[in-house]
Amino acid sequence: MRLPPILSALRRHKAGVLLIVLQIALTLAIVCNAIFLISQRIERVNRPTGAVEDDLIRISQTWFGAPSGDDAASVEKLDALQRTDLATLRNLPDVQDVAASTSMPLQGMIYSGTLTLNPQQTDVAVSAAYYYGDEHLRSTLGVHLIAGRDFNADEILHHTLTSDAASPVIIVSKPVADQLFPDGNALGKTVYQDGKPATIVGVVERLQTPTTAKWGSTWDYNSVLEPVRVDDASASYAVRARPGREQAVVREARKALLAVDPLRVMPDTWGIQSLSQIRDKIYRADRGMALVMGIVCLILIVVTAAGIAGLTSFWVGQRRKQIGVRRALGARKVDILHYFQIENLLIAGIGVVLGVLLAVGLNLWLMAHYEMARIPLLYVAAAVLAMLALGQVAVYVPARRASNVPPVVATRAA
Amino acid sequence: MFAYYLDLALRSLRRNKVLTTLMVLALALGIGATITTLTVLKLLSGDPLPQKSTQLFYPQLDPYPKDQPFSRSGKRLPWLMSYVDAMNLLHARKAERQAVMAMSQVKVTPQAQDGKPFYADGVMTTTDFFPMFDAPFQYGAGWASTDDESREQVVVIAGFLNDKLFGGVNSVGRTIRIDDHDFRIIGVLRSWAPQPRFYALHLSGRNYGKGDAVFMPLLSARAEGMTPSTVMSYGSQQSDMQHLETAKSIWLGMWVQLSSADEASAYKLFLGNYAQQQVALGRFQLSRVALSDLMSWLRNEQVVPDDVRLQTGLAFGFLLICVVNTVGLLLAKCLRRSREIGVRRALGASRVAIFAQFMVEAGIVGLAGGMLGLGFAELGLWGIRHQPAQYASLAHLDLSMFLFTFVVALVSSLVAGLLPAWRACVVAPAPQLKAA
Repeated sequence: MRLPPILSALRRHKAGVLLIVLQIALTLAIVCNAIFLISQRIERVNRPTGAVEDDLIRISQTWFGAPSGDDAASVEKLDALQRTDLATLRNLPDVQDVAASTSMPLQGMIYSGTLTLNPQQTDVAVSAAYYYGDEHLRSTLGVHLIAGRDFNADEILHHTLTSDAASPVIIVSKPVADQLFPDGNALGKTVYQDGKPATIVGVVERLQTPTTAKWGSTWDYNSVLEPVRVDDASASYAVRARPGREQAVVREARKALLAVDPLRVMPDTWGIQSLSQIRDKIYRADRGMALVMGIVCLILIVVTAAGIAGLTSFWVGQRRKQIGVRRALGARKVDILHYFQIENLLIAGIGVVLGVLLAVGLNLWLMAHYEMARIPLLYVAAAVLAMLALGQVAVYVPARRASNVPPVVATRAA
Repeated sequence: MFAYYLDLALRSLRRNKVLTTLMVLALALGIGATITTLTVLKLLSGDPLPQKSTQLFYPQLDPYPKDQPFSRSGKRLPWLMSYVDAMNLLHARKAERQAVMAMSQVKVTPQAQDGKPFYADGVMTTTDFFPMFDAPFQYGAGWASTDDESREQVVVIAGFLNDKLFGGVNSVGRTIRIDDHDFRIIGVLRSWAPQPRFYALHLSGRNYGKGDAVFMPLLSARAEGMTPSTVMSYGSQQSDMQHLETAKSIWLGMWVQLSSADEASAYKLFLGNYAQQQVALGRFQLSRVALSDLMSWLRNEQVVPDDVRLQTGLAFGFLLICVVNTVGLLLAKCLRRSREIGVRRALGASRVAIFAQFMVEAGIVGLAGGMLGLGFAELGLWGIRHQPAQYASLAHLDLSMFLFTFVVALVSSLVAGLLPAWRACVVAPAPQLKAA
């Protein structure tokens, strides 16, 4: 197949060619950026928290008419209320483990602070989320301990969050340990939490912070376990159900806790939630965004394919006579088919070159204005191949129809 | 003449049903996506107080130490104010009106026998809050400035809370239990929920929604131990939630009302002087200040979520591709009809007439696309209302967006029709007739 006749034919349809080129370029630019965005969202939604999420439940509640917590006696009263709840939960038949826990990955409620190597907060300063809880916290969450030990029962303090008491021992997540001690010997070292000394007794492999918000995204796996049962008018617990008994525990726990204090505030919406519900809720917007982007991409591709097919079939209709002449002069059916396929390849080729430029430009613009990474070349390359293939698919039906034009057309009046 | 073009256009569109459907559908999808995202964008970036927004200003100071700045880049000023600074500025009374505020989650216990306590959004603020933000009262009124200082246990409640607790009757003078303390109701607001809730920006995570439920004098609420939702500490001190009034913490937002540009620049000067003074006293290390009017404050703080802006951009890209697609298909159609055009020209139709005929055809495609697009937009907004976002329930197509849909549809289809119509009207009649 020789190119010159194709090129000279295209020159007679400048406007139509230009429109297809433009459409392919725009579609390529938008679709490959959108798919990259979708993949980033999927990656974000699927990242692990570090906890064993199945059968993990968070309970969050406020007692009715709780003591104020302003003096030592009322703090003790609050702690007694909390210990009663913990014991009640522990006695439920389907509960495997239970812990006092202010926070839960993905849940949103976050306490945070800064860890440093000296009390003056010079040099290294590491932001981290604090998980306040008791000696059962790590095992209940199912976080993997890679060095050191758990808290002992006698190390657990209890006080209000406004107290000045420091935590003498802490367990940190690996990223915190690595950022404080790049040489990797964090265990047993004393660090300063907001100016107060604490000794690292354990390191856990991975524990995501409770927030997925943008402001915490640079330290999203920096977590610290604090040996403190926090006494407040509200308390939260982490509960691990026996395998497969999650829903049973949700029902039992509600009943048992309301039996202890029927007036406590523990709404259906956020009082008792499984981690899978929390995960579902927190990432709903991301999944929605990915879904919308996906649908738009699909429609764009269909529209573009339909546009190519439509325009090509008009060209075929317009050139029936020429096709007939070519067939009469000895061109085979397959030659006509190839003619239109190569023509489309040429147009789509120009389109994708322009499209790659547009895609990279769009990506740079998005990087400047939004949280967006540089698009990997793989995505662009895949999109180029996909657009070329799309053009070939779209052109096939009209090209087949062109190849079926009988030679006798040449002899008829147009 | 128009009726004739209409007839011709409909005939031509009917001749190629698949193609017409394709054009209309593509255009409708593009328009539906654009209108859906624009409705949300308009909702989120709207002016919360159109009659007042140019007079409302948000002052900012920077009490952070030089070596531990508020933002890493060091460019942004702290969002909130410390208690000491907020009170100093409040008592200086340099603006027409001024109020400081913080948000708090409060537990409300109904007086009824078996009423279960529930959580509600509370605002701790000062007396000018209501007149400054034009909050309308259904019953009673706000508190006097003397109540601010005397820690009077009074409260203004929102209309929806009044409906819930008192069945909507005048509840002024009755008491309501908030965080286990009795507060006397002195005012009930008519429904009032500025979108976005500009005054709560950075004070709570709630920027949209049905509005706050209870409004209490700041000092009274603090005296009863209510804590603000957001507290940020600076310097090496850690947050001391019990002594927020003296701690190195920022937790208050402040708004001032300034009627003219002159007043605004005078206030900015006053702020600058105040900061200089604090530097001299050794309380501040930096003397920079900022004073933003309401709309620039919302813009600078990017209250509209990135995802919404991204989706709007995507929708416009989508519409652009659909328009290009329509241009291509209309062009192809018109070129195929060269002979028909030749005949019409030979029979005396002017170029203008041919041009008009093709534009009418494009316009019909646009109108049909717009009508169908409206359906898609309603569908899209229905989908948005079922999203978990704070603004979800507010996503409705209003009259202006309804009309705008048709403007978008007509403009995009007529733009799409320009090239094909122009190509049609320059067709020379003679060769077409000869070939026939």
